[in-house]
Amino acid sequence: MTEADNSVGIVTAQLAVFDTPLPLLSGSLIGNWELKYETYGTLNRDKSNAVLVCHALSGHHHVAGRYTEDDAAPGWWDSMVGPGKPIDTRRFFVVGVNNLGGCHGSTGPSSLRPETGEPWGAAFPVVTVSDWVNAQALLADRLGIERWAAVIGGSLGGMQALQWTISYPARVGHALVIASAPKLSAQNIAFNDVARQAILSDPDFHGGDFYRHGTAPRRGLRLARMLGHITYLSDDGMGEKFGRMLRSGEYRFGYDVEFEIESYLRYQGDKFSDIFDANTYLLMTKALDYFDPAADAGHDLAAALSDVKASFLVASFTSDWRFSPARSRELVDALTRADRRVSYAEIESVHGHDAFLMLDPPYVALMRTYLDRVAQEVGA
Amino acid sequence: MTRLETLRPDLQQIAGWIRDGSRVLDLGCGDGALLAWLGEHKGVRGYGVEIDVDNIVRCVANGVNALQGDLEAGLSAYGDASFDQVILSQTIQAMRETERILCEITRVGREAIVTFPNFGYWRNRWQILAGRMPVSETIPYQWYDTPNIHWCMLGDFEALCTKNRIRILERVVMDGQRRVDFLPNVRGSLAFYRIGRQGRS
Repeated sequence: MTEADNSVGIVTAQLAVFDTPLPLLSGSLIGNWELKYETYGTLNRDKSNAVLVCHALSGHHHVAGRYTEDDAAPGWWDSMVGPGKPIDTRRFFVVGVNNLGGCHGSTGPSSLRPETGEPWGAAFPVVTVSDWVNAQALLADRLGIERWAAVIGGSLGGMQALQWTISYPARVGHALVIASAPKLSAQNIAFNDVARQAILSDPDFHGGDFYRHGTAPRRGLRLARMLGHITYLSDDGMGEKFGRMLRSGEYRFGYDVEFEIESYLRYQGDKFSDIFDANTYLLMTKALDYFDPAADAGHDLAAALSDVKASFLVASFTSDWRFSPARSRELVDALTRADRRVSYAEIESVHGHDAFLMLDPPYVALMRTYLDRVAQEVGA
Repeated sequence: MTRLETLRPDLQQIAGWIRDGSRVLDLGCGDGALLAWLGEHKGVRGYGVEIDVDNIVRCVANGVNALQGDLEAGLSAYGDASFDQVILSQTIQAMRETERILCEITRVGREAIVTFPNFGYWRNRWQILAGRMPVSETIPYQWYDTPNIHWCMLGDFEALCTKNRIRILERVVMDGQRRVDFLPNVRGSLAFYRIGRQGRS
């Protein structure tokens, strides 16, 4: 099978426009809002084969396929989504959404505000995981999807999958929560704050209204991304990939790029700061920090999960220290205390947090096997 | 799968001890065949625990709730008497913390079912007399690569239960597919115990 055979091929993004104001957890209302989304595969007659893929911090609706033949790269989870792949588009109708507050076509800080004709900027309200799930539910209504066969996500995407099962228990058959956590640890919040500070203290930030200055806090965003990347890789994985390799083979006794790891991080930071919106980055990290579904149930996660109807697949990766296996176990233990259906795997991997985007064989086998059962269940 | 006969003989014996609709924790559940059968035929809810990811995948294929974990790390995630029955099948002899797991399964389960190969089986004794460590159907390993580190005979296991104030509710000893009632410690290759904490019904 060539890659072309099991790719969803050329795809087109779509836009859903909503004119009913959406109430947010913060108490704000957002009027006229839009969601950019993509779909792959075909919705079956009884609309039972729909799968929602939720994106993480820097992701978006472009999950699989290419926009043109010459696209350099496919969607961010093309390895997992396509005909014959674990999230099999021959059986499932797969939906990818850019979340509210994003910078890839859904209403976000860089979108023009209808009232002013200017970008939202600092005026864009803080959005939370449950706000995103509410917005996704309205999109599901629009698509005629009463119940998802599965909601799937890694990292921040996994938090959305979990939130779906709590906010809309009857609308989720299965939740696949990968390399995620039921809430962030202090260390994780700390990493997010350093990233935010890098952006907020960039002179080009202008309090979030940098658009009108015709600039962007690229240096801050670059630092935020560099820090992020360090936490997404494992020490061993980094060692394997870069080690202490020097670009020119010898010390230069200066501050330009010398080690390969420096080159990698700077390249990733530069690339990201060219395409991503700093305000969106700030919003996404806040959504991560605020996520804590147990808080509404007296900080008892099992109690928060007592009405959940979905079956869960929870997966973590041994070398992931940003969302360590222990954090996934917290969720698993709460699910077992709540007597919910759950399977859990701790996948051996050197890829750190990034492993949820990689293809470690046991991970692929687990996803394929689990989703095969989901497909059988819904007759897809 | 419809009838008990579709299960491996030793799993049939365990399945016979599981009550309808009970909440079960199966430690070292392998491919989940027992739990799948119990779910289908006895309305059992529960989880299997496995250390090996390939077995987790097999459990998922069988539609069984499977949790990857190391039993040596204990069962602290589970509350007292949070399961009706806990199964520890042909695993105890391979564990480092034998006594601890015995206490843990009787804490977490209102009742526990433990099975293990009987080291006192006559064929094992015969092989030892012949000057070699036993290798048989129930213990198919060479001495240098066996996972089994804590061999015991029926009397040893029962003494450990007594020491920890664990009651033996029922005992069955098998040789292959036959139940052994006369001289079980010599004639039985596989022992099955239903046990529970004293003072807990």
